[in-house]
Amino acid sequence: MTTDIDRPVRTRTPRERVTSFAKHASLVLFSAIMIYPLVWLVISSFKPNADIFRDLSIFTTDLTVENYINGWNDLQHPFSVFLLNSTIISAASIIGNLLSCSLAAYAFARLRFRFRNLLFALMLMTIMLPFQVTLIPQFTIFKELGWLNTFLPLIVPKFLAVDAFFIFLMVQFIRALPREIFEAARIDGAGHLRTFIQVTLPLMIPALATTAIFTFIWTWSDFFGPLIYLRLPETFPVSVALKGFLDVQSSSDFGSMFAMSVVSLLPLFVVFLVGQRYLIKGFATTGLK
Amino acid sequence: MSSLDELRTMARTARGSGARVKHKAPDNRAAYLFLAPWLLGLIAFTAGPMVASLYLSFTDYNLLQSPIDNPPDWIGLGNYAEMFSDPDFWNSVRVTLTYVLISVPLQLVLALLLALALDKGLRGLSIYRSIFYLPSLLGGSVAIAILWRQVFGKEGLVNGFLAWFGIDGPGWIGHPDYALSTIIVLHIWTFGSPMVIFLAGLRQIPALYYEAAEVDGAGPVRRFYSITLPLLTPIIFFNLVLQIIFAFQNFTQAYVVSGGTGGPADSTMFYTLFLYRVGFLEYDMGLASAMAWFLVIVIAAFTLINFWLSKYWVFYDD
Repeated sequence: MTTDIDRPVRTRTPRERVTSFAKHASLVLFSAIMIYPLVWLVISSFKPNADIFRDLSIFTTDLTVENYINGWNDLQHPFSVFLLNSTIISAASIIGNLLSCSLAAYAFARLRFRFRNLLFALMLMTIMLPFQVTLIPQFTIFKELGWLNTFLPLIVPKFLAVDAFFIFLMVQFIRALPREIFEAARIDGAGHLRTFIQVTLPLMIPALATTAIFTFIWTWSDFFGPLIYLRLPETFPVSVALKGFLDVQSSSDFGSMFAMSVVSLLPLFVVFLVGQRYLIKGFATTGLK
Repeated sequence: MSSLDELRTMARTARGSGARVKHKAPDNRAAYLFLAPWLLGLIAFTAGPMVASLYLSFTDYNLLQSPIDNPPDWIGLGNYAEMFSDPDFWNSVRVTLTYVLISVPLQLVLALLLALALDKGLRGLSIYRSIFYLPSLLGGSVAIAILWRQVFGKEGLVNGFLAWFGIDGPGWIGHPDYALSTIIVLHIWTFGSPMVIFLAGLRQIPALYYEAAEVDGAGPVRRFYSITLPLLTPIIFFNLVLQIIFAFQNFTQAYVVSGGTGGPADSTMFYTLFLYRVGFLEYDMGLASAMAWFLVIVIAAFTLINFWLSKYWVFYDD
């Protein structure tokens, strides 16, 4: 980081240099503290079990992949089963959210209809509604439908735009697009469906990407939904499967637990690296008017 | 509802946009087709269940009974009476309020301070921003909660650091006085998402204001109190409202950190965890529904008080 300070863009007074150095130094220190637990987790996952708590530093040469091999087969099923379950649930949720939320967003952003303001207000209210208030009847519905221990309770609501947050995000995005584009499409004789598919969707790819990424991260991390709807180990996603390491902790195989924790975080981390731009934009646009 | 629409039409006509134009060909049919999935979801998974849970909160409804074959018995305010007379219930309220009232302000202050530190023109901004943002993305996952159990365990990372200074730390997670604070630290650690919103807000403040203030001789502290802070109040308000709503619903961390028990000594028995236990482990869905409604009322009250107080401190530029 000091090399940064050595090459100022513009000439700076010595005082500015000192301030800037102090600022960077404290930010670097703070970043290190923030990120240390994560780095320690990753390093520990490669350490022999006996060393994990004996040695708290992240500098070590005694590394092994044994934890990954053990951890993969430590639970009732190989970890690949849980990864596959999480992948199916996440992929279906992404498709559901993209389809249903973009349809609703187009209507709210571009169409005039009866009760528009009322429905829009309702939609905004559902964003703030705590999920516990619908939880028990929803559970009953899914139980009566015989959907327990299937992925349907986790997936079907996404196809019905229950994550209204994304409708709001897309409405904000569509409203920011120039009106003329839509009017031109109308003048060319495109109906609403064509305007939606051929004009709106391609233009709103950044908003769709943001939705896909957030849906992925939230679904992948979701613990409560799978906890109540899925009771059979072969249906567990990684979040609930990981809990299994806590239940069998008498063995205190921390290495395996850490290794599989890392495996479960890896997809999130990759998506974070790839989609950062969209994530930050998504937060910024919905955060503001 | 329709009268609301009529009023609006009347207002529009009264404003006198010329002839009495009934809005030109509305897109009702197309709009409702586009909205169909959402409307179906709203009825089936939000509005319907809300009404149902309100009804169930007045009944003795057991998880194992099918409400269709065997309608639950109406017990009036029985669940509410049971709830309010249960010391465990009040303990979960106290735990949750402590958590919300401590962790949300601390998290937002930290988010704001770091957003200010990552001010415009700072080299490496995007690297810092990514590092600070990463924990808020991972923080909701079970893996991080598991990590936390170890970081704050008796032999954990935190005590390892304390040992350098000759301090013999307690087993944070296992001690009723400290277990809740570890979950608060976990929440504060995820300050990245409000920070990103603050950063976006800071960027919207016109540089012109600062330049003018500087010409007038205002120092950095003065500029912060007279320009940055007032112009940022709408965003502080937004973050505050949202973070309070989210914090009330914390579940995963409480569950995993305590191994699902809410312990030690119920010190991490969050409201949502208690609700889960009542409904899904003790099968008392009627009581759980009553608890859910109490939560809605508390969250709504906090939100309304926030909106009401905002008149006194939130400053809108336009």
